[in-house]
Amino acid sequence: MSIASNNNPSVSSQRFWRVLIYTTLIVMAVFYLLPLFIMLLTSVKTLDEIRDGNLLTLPVQWTLEPWKKAWGTACVGLTCEGINGYFWNSIKMVVPSVAISTILGAINGYILTKWRFPGHRWVFALMLFGCFIPFQIVLLPMSQVLGFLGIAGSTAGLVLVHVTYGIGFSTLFFRNYYEAFPTELVNAAKIDGAGFFRIFWRILLPSSAPIIVVTVIWQFTNIWNDFLFGASFAAGEHAPMTVALNNLVNSTTGVKEYNVDMAAAIIAAAPTLLVYIVAGRYFVRGLMAGSVKG
Amino acid sequence: MSNNSTFSRTWWQNILPKIVLAPSFAISLLFVYGFIIYSGIISFSSSRMLPKTDFIGISNYTKLWKTLNWQVALDNLAIFGILYIVICGTLGLFIAILLDQKIRIEGFLRPLFLYPMALSFIVTGTAWKWFLNPGLGLEKLAHDWGFENFKFDWLINSDMAIYTIVIAAVWQSSGFVMAMFLAGLRGIDSEQLKAAQLDGASSFQLYRRIIIPQLGPVFLSAFVVLSHLAIKSYDLVIALTGGGPGRSTQLPATFMYDYTFTRNQMGVGAASAMIMLLTIAAIMIPYLYAETREKKQ
Repeated sequence: MSIASNNNPSVSSQRFWRVLIYTTLIVMAVFYLLPLFIMLLTSVKTLDEIRDGNLLTLPVQWTLEPWKKAWGTACVGLTCEGINGYFWNSIKMVVPSVAISTILGAINGYILTKWRFPGHRWVFALMLFGCFIPFQIVLLPMSQVLGFLGIAGSTAGLVLVHVTYGIGFSTLFFRNYYEAFPTELVNAAKIDGAGFFRIFWRILLPSSAPIIVVTVIWQFTNIWNDFLFGASFAAGEHAPMTVALNNLVNSTTGVKEYNVDMAAAIIAAAPTLLVYIVAGRYFVRGLMAGSVKG
Repeated sequence: MSNNSTFSRTWWQNILPKIVLAPSFAISLLFVYGFIIYSGIISFSSSRMLPKTDFIGISNYTKLWKTLNWQVALDNLAIFGILYIVICGTLGLFIAILLDQKIRIEGFLRPLFLYPMALSFIVTGTAWKWFLNPGLGLEKLAHDWGFENFKFDWLINSDMAIYTIVIAAVWQSSGFVMAMFLAGLRGIDSEQLKAAQLDGASSFQLYRRIIIPQLGPVFLSAFVVLSHLAIKSYDLVIALTGGGPGRSTQLPATFMYDYTFTRNQMGVGAASAMIMLLTIAAIMIPYLYAETREKKQ
């Protein structure tokens, strides 16, 4: 419904409203974009220009040094080898975590909709609530379990943690998606003698592409952006990107290099931003599915 | 094929799904509910640096409520939570209504409001820490533009620092609320609107009387999502203010981490985690219950 489609509007007042709405929207969009723009701008300025100018002054002398430094030589904690190692840590953590939690979520969703058993609703409810708990409640026992398993402070430990707390959401996504999938097809296949895995593989999976994309993007964003688990369970050289970024920014040694900080922040943000730019539609769908169910 | 083998095959096909689901379910039971019970036990024990499993009653909880830091954290959560929810909600609804006016460049504008949601709170915190830098950030910008007396030191001002968390968090989340409201607006029955318009209702009345009341479920969803994010807020505080200056931006999540892992007050830390859990459960359980019940019909 539009404000502009008023009753008996004079043409000029209608035009006035349209212009006002467009202007407001564009001004607001600029404000939302400004932080990213300033980050980029700061990351290509020299420290002298940062001190002499202000947030919005364009660089006189463009430089990529802050980027090189952030990637290769900036100090994170006690070592000064840049953030590249932590970037790869995050990749090594994200890829298996996303793959495993998505596969498990798909098969769980399939069971909870097409192979229902008494109490399936309870099983789902219990798994779903696990998504929303404040993770502070599991930090202490989790660190003991990881220590007991001998994977404390390692990437493998983080993968376990992210899979554990990721299957709730991935199960939710696939369950809601498969709920709408015609059960008659599955039943017909059962009568024809197709087995559990065969039905999943041949009938459901081929039409699951959209929900797989949504789930992968959701899990990727959440796991890449996680800080609490990374900071608690993977200190030092195994730390993921977010933890390293925070350490880099809060390292107190030497001069504060805002340009290097911003370059590192953009590098940390790049993978999820890229996913958002390439597949924003699916990203939004995941957000909605994770909040407004049904 | 003999009857017997068909029977065993059906039997196997019935049991197989449960076997496949079992590990995921067992992991949830153990790592969510088992861990909650464990933290609960610790919260009733005299654990300080190392976990113990003795029972000392509710003294950790009474100690928690007498701790000034916890009261500060709760006050901050109240300020942050209320402003975060109200501003995100208002701004989200406002942008959604504007975008719903048959805007030709909507497809171009919408992602610009939403992209911050893809970022880590650590990135957001790092960025805003720089913009709000008292010497070189916004303050300098205003000075350069001729507002010589402009002063903006919220980041290092213990009375105002909590509002910088609100600003950064609103920037990050309001686009998401906008997307929720936009989806809600698109789902409104247009027949009723046309009828009301024929009755001579103005646009303002349409929104106030018909459209916004119908968005009730979206308001509820937005409230639930935002309040649970607010209670869990940790990363942004760490990156933006580190809980300071002093303890002026501590929230329950940072309090819990401090007391459990750095101050050797594990029992009190566990008690604070239990309070956080119960608060979230009080919001989430009725919501999830209602949401999953609706699906039944």
